[in-house]
Amino acid sequence: MNREKAQRRFIFGCLAPAVILMAIFIFYPTINVFKMSLFRMGAITNTSEFVGLSNFKTLMQDKNFLEAMQNTILIIVMVMIFTIVLAVLFAALLQRGKFKGKTFFRIVFYIPNILSIVVIGGIFGAIYDPSNGLLNTFLEAIHLDGLTHKWMGEPNIVIYSVIFALVWQAIGYYMVMYMSGMAAIPEDLYEAAALDGSSEIHTFFSVTLPLIWTNIRTTLTFYIISTINLSFLFVQIMTDGGPNGKTEVFLNYMYKQAYGNGAYGYGMAIGVVVFLFSFVLAAIVNKITDREVYEM
Amino acid sequence: MNKKKSGNIVGKGVIYIALIVLAITIIVPVAWVFMASFKKNSEFIGAGTNPWALPKQMFVQNYQVAFQDARMGEFLFNTILVTVLALLLILVIALPASYALSRFKFKGNKILNLLFMAGLFINVNYIVVPIFLMLSDWDSALGFQLFLDNRFMLALIYAATNLPFTVYLLSSYFRSLPKGFEEAAYIDGCGYFKTMVKIMIPMAKPSIITVLLFNFLTFWNEYIIAYTLMDEHGTIAMGLKNLMAVERTATNYGIMYAGLVIVMLPVLIFYICVQKKLTEGMTLGGLKG
Repeated sequence: MNREKAQRRFIFGCLAPAVILMAIFIFYPTINVFKMSLFRMGAITNTSEFVGLSNFKTLMQDKNFLEAMQNTILIIVMVMIFTIVLAVLFAALLQRGKFKGKTFFRIVFYIPNILSIVVIGGIFGAIYDPSNGLLNTFLEAIHLDGLTHKWMGEPNIVIYSVIFALVWQAIGYYMVMYMSGMAAIPEDLYEAAALDGSSEIHTFFSVTLPLIWTNIRTTLTFYIISTINLSFLFVQIMTDGGPNGKTEVFLNYMYKQAYGNGAYGYGMAIGVVVFLFSFVLAAIVNKITDREVYEM
Repeated sequence: MNKKKSGNIVGKGVIYIALIVLAITIIVPVAWVFMASFKKNSEFIGAGTNPWALPKQMFVQNYQVAFQDARMGEFLFNTILVTVLALLLILVIALPASYALSRFKFKGNKILNLLFMAGLFINVNYIVVPIFLMLSDWDSALGFQLFLDNRFMLALIYAATNLPFTVYLLSSYFRSLPKGFEEAAYIDGCGYFKTMVKIMIPMAKPSIITVLLFNFLTFWNEYIIAYTLMDEHGTIAMGLKNLMAVERTATNYGIMYAGLVIVMLPVLIFYICVQKKLTEGMTLGGLKG
């Protein structure tokens, strides 16, 4: 009996600090996001007035928000497609290929993932600089002057500059994930394919790709959630939504409204919509990619 | 046979080219920043300057100015302090919680597990403004500033917001350990606390290392919480952002790149030392974007 009491006390002592901290710094702020989205709040006047769903109604007619939504969706789709293709390709090369220097490439490809977003912003500032940037001066050096652009200034190009930076950052991370999936494929499948005279490329499509399909599918959800988050941080550092809203994304607009503008209620309404949007999108993608899984 | 061989060589060539192109897009810009950090300002601005040229001298003064005038030294100190503090906090808090969650049956265990899982879905970007408002409310209630711009608070918030991920990883490791270890210890007269600290936690060492590596990178690189909550006692990522904004308008590029090097060099050295453990740990954890 005494022992049971001691055990209960021990469990309580172990869990209490973690639960209390999460309650204060994760769950209470989350509840506040939802609660505040129903209020009109002023930063200077320090007033708050219950307005029901009015913030959400305004939001649906807010052109800036709709532009941010378009941009975010474009970024998610492009980042997802390019990163999957490149990460799977490089994972297959490094996992299945027989050549020297595989470790070196793996180490290098993962580097962008460990750098701070601020550092990446600085690096791409150096790459994209219109007059002295690495990209433009390189293009001039190989006599492709026609391809030079103001990468961070031209309204039609700037979003692709941000997308390129996001893909650059993401490839290594997803490559390592797919490599671990490929490492689990039994070697005899490849031996059988080789005996059948299957070419490397054919083997890739008939053995490797189907067998890492579950891996790829799991990462689709990661792409959606992490691109919504990372596009915010990249845009915050690189363009702050400019020029003229051309790179505005969901969470940067939320942050601007809430923290910059002091429109806390409105900002939190954006947060709620984006949160729900990411869940719905993840669920849809999960549903349409649901297909028969090959058992290993 | 011959045809197949030459096809192989072409294939290999294509593979190498693809790999090398990607490697170049990573290595060249990073190395270039190191090089540019030693250049004088006259090597950046004006006609005839070539960004690809090597620095004419090792202009170390860029670092001096960045460290002192731009206060990067101070920010570096703050970042080290906050990172170490947050790592200590997260271990002290997450280890017992993970242990209790994974090795004991008790009332409410399921609900608590769900709660920690739910935490995984809440990204800090969504809640950073409410956290700011909460701390600012606490400060106004006190009548003076205590919670905002406080390095200890920042470390505590870093630890708290990364608890779900850390507890998830640690508790799944504890779960994988064989049952019965504790029973033997109890029979030997070991109490619950002593059993945990002396026997179970040392056994979880591999997962503790993984958790430390990932959290180190998260805390060191973290930007948006620090940017929102801190002012005078900022971290290095924040300091770099301000430095970049200031030096770009003042066109002091050398100092800006020196700042970039100061932020990324520790992380690069750290990464080279632990890269194997890090990528192995990633597949163990399976997430963390």
